[in-house]
Amino acid sequence: MAEYVRQMPDAIGPLTRPPGLARQLHIDLPLLVLLLGLTAYGLLVLYSASGQSMDAVVRQGRYFVLAYVVMFVLAQFSPVRLSRWSPWGYLLGVTMLLGVAFFGVGAKGAQRWLDLGLFRFQPSEIMKLAVPMTVAWYLGNRILPPSPKYIAACLLMIAVPCGLIIRQPDLGTSLLIAASGLFGVFMAGIGWRFIFGSALVAVLSAWPAWMFVLQDYQKQRILTLLNPESDKLGAGWNIIQSKTAIGSGGWTGKGWGQGTQSQLDFLPESHTDFIIAVLAEEFGLRGVLGLLFLYLLILLRAFWIGMQAQSSYGRILCGSITLTFFVYIFVNMGMVAGLLPVVGVPLPLVSAGGTSVVTLMAGFGLLMAVSTEKRVVGQ
Amino acid sequence: MASRIALKDTQREQRIFAARTFSALLIVLALLAILLSRYYTLQIDDYETYSTASERNRVQLQPLPPKRGLIFDRNGVLLADNRPSYTLSLILERVDNLDETLVALTELVEITDNDLDRFRNRVRQRRPYEHVPLRFRLDDDEQARIAVNRHRLPGVTIDAQLQRHYPYGPLFAHALGYVGRINSEELASIDEAEYRGTFHIGKIGIERRYEADLHGRVGYQTVETNAHGRVLRVLERFDPRPGKDLILHLDYELQRVAHNALAGRRGAVVAIDPLTGGILALVSTPSFDSNLFVNGISTRDYSALRDSPDVPLFNRTVQGQYPPGSTVKPIIAMAGLEAGLIDPEFTVPDPGWYRLPGDRRRYRDWILRIRGTGHAPEVDLKMAIAESCDVYFYDLARRLTVDGMHDYLEPYGLGARTGIDTTAERPGVLPSTRWKRLALNQPWYPGETLSVGIGQGYMLATPLQLAVATSVLATRGERREPRLAQWLGDDPVEATLQDPLYADGANWDSVIEAMREVVHGERGTAKAISRNMDYEMAGKTGTAQVIGIAQDAVYDEDAIDERHRNHGLFIAFAPLDAPTIAVAVIVENGGGSSAAYPVARTVIDAWLAGETG
Repeated sequence: MAEYVRQMPDAIGPLTRPPGLARQLHIDLPLLVLLLGLTAYGLLVLYSASGQSMDAVVRQGRYFVLAYVVMFVLAQFSPVRLSRWSPWGYLLGVTMLLGVAFFGVGAKGAQRWLDLGLFRFQPSEIMKLAVPMTVAWYLGNRILPPSPKYIAACLLMIAVPCGLIIRQPDLGTSLLIAASGLFGVFMAGIGWRFIFGSALVAVLSAWPAWMFVLQDYQKQRILTLLNPESDKLGAGWNIIQSKTAIGSGGWTGKGWGQGTQSQLDFLPESHTDFIIAVLAEEFGLRGVLGLLFLYLLILLRAFWIGMQAQSSYGRILCGSITLTFFVYIFVNMGMVAGLLPVVGVPLPLVSAGGTSVVTLMAGFGLLMAVSTEKRVVGQ
Repeated sequence: MASRIALKDTQREQRIFAARTFSALLIVLALLAILLSRYYTLQIDDYETYSTASERNRVQLQPLPPKRGLIFDRNGVLLADNRPSYTLSLILERVDNLDETLVALTELVEITDNDLDRFRNRVRQRRPYEHVPLRFRLDDDEQARIAVNRHRLPGVTIDAQLQRHYPYGPLFAHALGYVGRINSEELASIDEAEYRGTFHIGKIGIERRYEADLHGRVGYQTVETNAHGRVLRVLERFDPRPGKDLILHLDYELQRVAHNALAGRRGAVVAIDPLTGGILALVSTPSFDSNLFVNGISTRDYSALRDSPDVPLFNRTVQGQYPPGSTVKPIIAMAGLEAGLIDPEFTVPDPGWYRLPGDRRRYRDWILRIRGTGHAPEVDLKMAIAESCDVYFYDLARRLTVDGMHDYLEPYGLGARTGIDTTAERPGVLPSTRWKRLALNQPWYPGETLSVGIGQGYMLATPLQLAVATSVLATRGERREPRLAQWLGDDPVEATLQDPLYADGANWDSVIEAMREVVHGERGTAKAISRNMDYEMAGKTGTAQVIGIAQDAVYDEDAIDERHRNHGLFIAFAPLDAPTIAVAVIVENGGGSSAAYPVARTVIDAWLAGETG
């Protein structure tokens, strides 16, 4: 029934021009070009951030190859099929999270991995896509804007995996996943009154929790999180160093490979979470502007694809993925510049690391699947 | 509002989505603007500040490591001290060429490949402004040579640090444990910020158990330095909080006496104050110099200790699990009395061996090979303990059953860790039918019950457990978790008092009187130590078989390998009417209890003399 409803108005949509090669390959060409540009920029910065190590660049390049393949493969599926798969992916992910809780392997006090013999696997990564997909599937089949009953169901759907991930403990990932689910609900059009109302309730309930529930040490942790500079030997050090790196870059920057803060290893995690500081130090505000411009173009194109989507599923999914992508950018750049608490969020497609790159590109694969939906259905 | 029809209105949904996309875009643009303004502030407005900060006059953050808490004995004798030690360190951000500097330093002081490897490991973990140690414990000459050449070695410094020193080395090695350099495994489990500037951490024993308190809290200072790294002024200082001092129950003098009494033999002595549960002496010999471990023991020294057949690194007091032998007999006797199976008048005929009903096998008494017969035609409780009659306890054990003995002995602290405040304690074995089924997956055989009755067979106890059990006897049922620490800083360390063990007063009297007879009786197995004793002692001897002797074979001390000789054990407390010390002694392969009871006498003599004198 849902499919029938969804296809009805579009089945007769006119085809104004014959499909190009990109269309046939289910590729959104502008988005691909922008992503490739960002990839190149990222690798350039990584070379310098990793102490001018070609190895690091080659390793990251391999991840990118894998990530683009994943994106390309996902782009081939029709959103109808993706929609049908969504809840199953979600169930699989939740099962694996339960598996982690009971049989997982840990490192440094956190238990996040499932050991599958050949390799270790972090099921929370699946949820980064499964949660928005499932919310899109669930709401896509309803009448929008959704009634409170369905909203409640969605919130539960989001809360279960997030709760499991918080327990690992991995607050950062959990918040990102919660955000991606909530963005789906937002894009589905729930009332502003509802949004502001829940924000008010959250703020109001935080006060008694702070006064009566939280222990002193928990409060201290929250304060440190909010004001990392108070923890001078721990997280505060990183922020002081990253701010110095960024600030000393000025307008023009010190030049590629010339950043003293980064090259002298003052900057911690310089090639992963704090890579924007290297970029800012070496390429200056000009380089930051360039990066933000690239990001903005990607966001605009992604929103555009969402607007053009033919089904509620596609629209909600696109909106959710796009906004989550933006959250990565904002949280990472804000954290390194001392605006936001230090949580482990990478700078999307620039920070070194395989998992996040693959997950992000898989998200863009879904966007491309949605972007070519029209043709698939139309023909 | 118009009635809702259950059909999707696609155009309406598209409009909603477009509106939402528009709102989202506005929010995104606003947040991007905030980001941009932040970067603008940092990079344009505050450019000068940060540029200067990154250039020359650097503001540095220096950790101020806390002073580790000292450890004293009960009388204030310093057992673990901090002494200045001079360390050659490099500050990487100031070193021009690391390889050249290292080569130059190698010419000035002795630097082994091992030092270099460890240095390179540390370099990866430390930040460039931190001092990375290269060589520890420089002597005066080496310091002078570095000082003279310092002008051509930028980034090289000599740091004075306080470092753990154990003035009595081997004497307290097992009682205190030791600190050592932090390894990568420990690095993963500690709060790294707390250990900035600290290179040592408690590895085992008390040093490990009380690590959190002994370590203290790290402090820091922010200093302004010039381009050469010289500190121009201190901008802000946050003092470290020194670790808490630890005052132990241990008595230096008693520890020394006990150590010497063992005279280099393999063995252990544990002395407890029964009234507090405080450990007065905790000796395991042979021992080792714990100072060797502080800065990383050399491979040669370590393999010598590790491979020695006398296993000096093994803390026999808490890790050594031995068959307690006849030392459990007083407790088994208590079990029989409390269960009403025996009374002081009850006797058992003793031909020198015992036979289970329906079993042809003879379970021999140890006296049989000496006298060719039993202790007496009829043996009562007092004689059974004083002369350590096996037949009496074979009979009692059969009637108590193994599970009955298990349940009665458990509250004495056998078969489970005592909870002493040190590391590596082992639980021993208090066998039961359930234990054997779980541990060995085998049924229990009746003959094995008899072995348990004389503290042999599967039964294993640590010297500490025996001392704790002895202090339960001494206090007539008061049970305390043993404690090494008495004071932690200004706070008393709580010695947990457990539920007391209730028993009939007359039963305690009977057993303790029989234990007095062991030492003071005409035919007591330890009567040799009663000579010139101006106080009364209750004790019990024990002999633990190291190898099984076939039923018909004869144990011949001279004929068998020294390593296969029996362990000698002795438990005792004194003075009889108001005990202030309970002792357990084991001498490995001592042949018999005669190796152990003189040690106990010496220790108790010293304690009582010290108390009165």
